[in-house]
Amino acid sequence: MQKIFSPPKSLRNIITHYCPGCGHGITQRLIAEVIDELKIREKVIGVCPVGCAVVAYDYWDFDCTEAAHGRALAVATGIKRVRPKNIVFTYQGDGDLAAIGTNETIHAANRGEKLTAIFINNAVYGMTGGQMAPTTLLGQKTITTPQGRKKEKEGYPLKISEMLAILPAVKYIARVALFSPQEVLKAKQAIKVAFENQINNLGFSLVEVLSPCPTYWKLSPKAAMDWIKDVMIKEFPLGRIK
Amino acid sequence: MVNKKILITGNEAIGKGAIDAGCFFYAGYPITPQNELTSYMAESMPKAKRIFIQAESEISAINMVFGASAAGMRAMTSSSSPGISLKQEGISYLAGAELPAVIVNVMRGGPGLGNIAAAQSDYFQATRAGGHGDYHCIVLAPFSIQESYDFMKLAFDLADKYRNPVLILSDGMLGQMMEPLFLGRSRHTPYAIHHTPKWAISGCLRRKPNVIRSLYLKEGVLEKLNLKLQEKYKKIKEKEARYEILYLEDAKIILVAYGTMARIVKSVVKKLRQKGKKIGLIRPITLWPFPEKIFQYLSLKHKGLKFLVVEMSYGQMLEDVKLALNGKAKVEFLGRAGGGIPTEEEIIKRVIAL
Repeated sequence: MQKIFSPPKSLRNIITHYCPGCGHGITQRLIAEVIDELKIREKVIGVCPVGCAVVAYDYWDFDCTEAAHGRALAVATGIKRVRPKNIVFTYQGDGDLAAIGTNETIHAANRGEKLTAIFINNAVYGMTGGQMAPTTLLGQKTITTPQGRKKEKEGYPLKISEMLAILPAVKYIARVALFSPQEVLKAKQAIKVAFENQINNLGFSLVEVLSPCPTYWKLSPKAAMDWIKDVMIKEFPLGRIK
Repeated sequence: MVNKKILITGNEAIGKGAIDAGCFFYAGYPITPQNELTSYMAESMPKAKRIFIQAESEISAINMVFGASAAGMRAMTSSSSPGISLKQEGISYLAGAELPAVIVNVMRGGPGLGNIAAAQSDYFQATRAGGHGDYHCIVLAPFSIQESYDFMKLAFDLADKYRNPVLILSDGMLGQMMEPLFLGRSRHTPYAIHHTPKWAISGCLRRKPNVIRSLYLKEGVLEKLNLKLQEKYKKIKEKEARYEILYLEDAKIILVAYGTMARIVKSVVKKLRQKGKKIGLIRPITLWPFPEKIFQYLSLKHKGLKFLVVEMSYGQMLEDVKLALNGKAKVEFLGRAGGGIPTEEEIIKRVIAL
């Protein structure tokens, strides 16, 4: 008998700490599957910065390092420059990549570092209890925008992926979602391309994943998925950006 | 290496020392008065087939160093006072994750933007964990161009030995001035640049995955890490304190100074000795661990000793001297900062008045 399905080798068989309905578990599994399929587990290095993303190093079964808040792409730059044969990727939330770490994000991308960035956009700060993120939608209520985000006070949701797309050294940018099996498969395909680009030494690649945070959106897991499909993708359209 | 004498600035000597010590990765950001070091590395690192990056910020530079170090390579960054303040979070992460790295501070006047003149006002920041948490960096204070070069090898060796960040505390004077540097004296064995420590992240080929971290949320785990760090610091304190002494056998007055200030103080001590004054010098070379035992030994051996601490600050190392002596001898202080440097005349006047 031939075995045709098993859990990814790159993922440890343990229970995660993530809330019910969270998108981190799905995305981390997709990354693990891609790493297995590309047969790069023995040379991959993951960089997990502060936020709900950080504990990914407890779930993945390959070399990982922590990074200070916002500094994942600087840490990854240091690793990749001294170990160009390794495959180095970052796994960052929206606060990390698009607020406190915007500088590192733009400059690593602009230098064309041969890195893969997986960007979890859930429009809210999860680990600290539901504050406004740079990607929080207008009108979206968070504990620091209790009346909803107002453009006059807090500005607009930051479209970091579109901003990065104008940089000549950036090879690939895609925005994906997880609200249906089809979208999950598309997300996995985009993540695979982003890793393949690094294997082929092509340049900086980033995949933005619109990911549910039912806890701080105050929605059920199903309603959170629907909110991405019905509301979030209007502000953050899916597909290849570059 | 053949015996060779070259004329070089302190900043360049640090760069050369780092490269000869096997530094594989350098990231820096422009700031005066350490720019000669960054430009030296920009020129020399690629020639030696090493990595140089001009980072977009001091913060990014220290975190690139974190990455290169986590990947198992000898890595360093350099800056001057305000830039070193920006690096403190990164240094705390290095200490927490027990990663070796060398950080050079070519100190300038503060606080704030201050000025670009030499100063020693970052002593507290360097020796007291400039960032958050209970940690220490090993701090080396060169006082010549020769030491600026030699201490880089020592710094990388100590960083690797203890898996701990090491700070080099230079200053604007030492960084900018030129002096002859003798090469080829070193008895150190050359460092194997591509050696990968077993804890480093390099891909989990034929071994279990490695994780570099400083986050420990489970109850009691972080306390255990802290106790482990404290044990390490205790060992460093016992083994790594370094200092230079001069004329201590019969000295009644002992001057204490480090770095650029020690050059001036040393000249004062020699001049007053010629005039028959019973005066001596202690020059701490490691500022952390502070060489407290020599102070304790002297205060027990000779009663009635007087110490004069001279600094380009308003009394920072002074606290360590007082802590070491614990009230057993009289401690006086002379200091200037913000670009002011105590002169020979000022020091002599003060010694005479003691």
